[in-house]
Amino acid sequence: MENQSCVKIINEWDIVAARQLGRNVAKELGFGTVDQARITTAISELARNIYLYAGQGQICIEKIYDGGKAGLRIVAVDSGPGISDLRQVMEDGFSTSGGLGAGLPGVKRLMDEFLIDSSPGTGTDIKATKWLR
Amino acid sequence: MRVRIPILKLNDCLLVSIQWELDDQTALQFQEDLLHKIHETSANGVVIDLTSIDFIDSFIAKVLGDVINMSKLMGAKVVITGIQPAVAITLIELGIGLDDVLTALDLEKGLEKLQQELGE
Repeated sequence: MENQSCVKIINEWDIVAARQLGRNVAKELGFGTVDQARITTAISELARNIYLYAGQGQICIEKIYDGGKAGLRIVAVDSGPGISDLRQVMEDGFSTSGGLGAGLPGVKRLMDEFLIDSSPGTGTDIKATKWLR
Repeated sequence: MRVRIPILKLNDCLLVSIQWELDDQTALQFQEDLLHKIHETSANGVVIDLTSIDFIDSFIAKVLGDVINMSKLMGAKVVITGIQPAVAITLIELGIGLDDVLTALDLEKGLEKLQQELGE
């Protein structure tokens, strides 16, 4: 079984492709409609961040298993400008794009686990996980 | 060629039912189409039904919020109907309240609300 599928984010259409991929995997894993919506929305926000700030990058959707638990992990990677102040971007209401995205705090609330690794010049790596309850 | 969202006229109101997942361009095209249609038909009310929409991200929320304010500038009131439970939950968790937006459970109640708002 293929446990990871990826979509390259280069243009707006890739945002649609990434969230469709995520929704399909979420359905396959047996997530309910609310969690499917959470996952789809989180992917859309992360893919849009890549498109807006980094120009291009990649969204991968992984099926993960930990003990008896199954989950879905979104991995969003780009080699864009990176984020200099991680604490600032994790604050509600912070935006550099004039309020277009709801930002990373929103994505964090939608998912169960949220890890971000970023530094200026090297890009950003985000892992967001939702566990099947 | 991209499909456009149909905008129907019913008396002095416009009816829109969004039936499929919106991509950015379709959403922006809809914004423009709706404003032109309001201008063309002198409609004073609009109902946008989202029953078939199973998620709304911050971009689509912004486009919707903007088109509601733009319509208001032109003199037309907008009611949003049919927001699904999953959509309401994710929008609030995401931090988007769509405050001051008129909403109703379904199309029927939306039209009633619009009539009340327009004082008819």
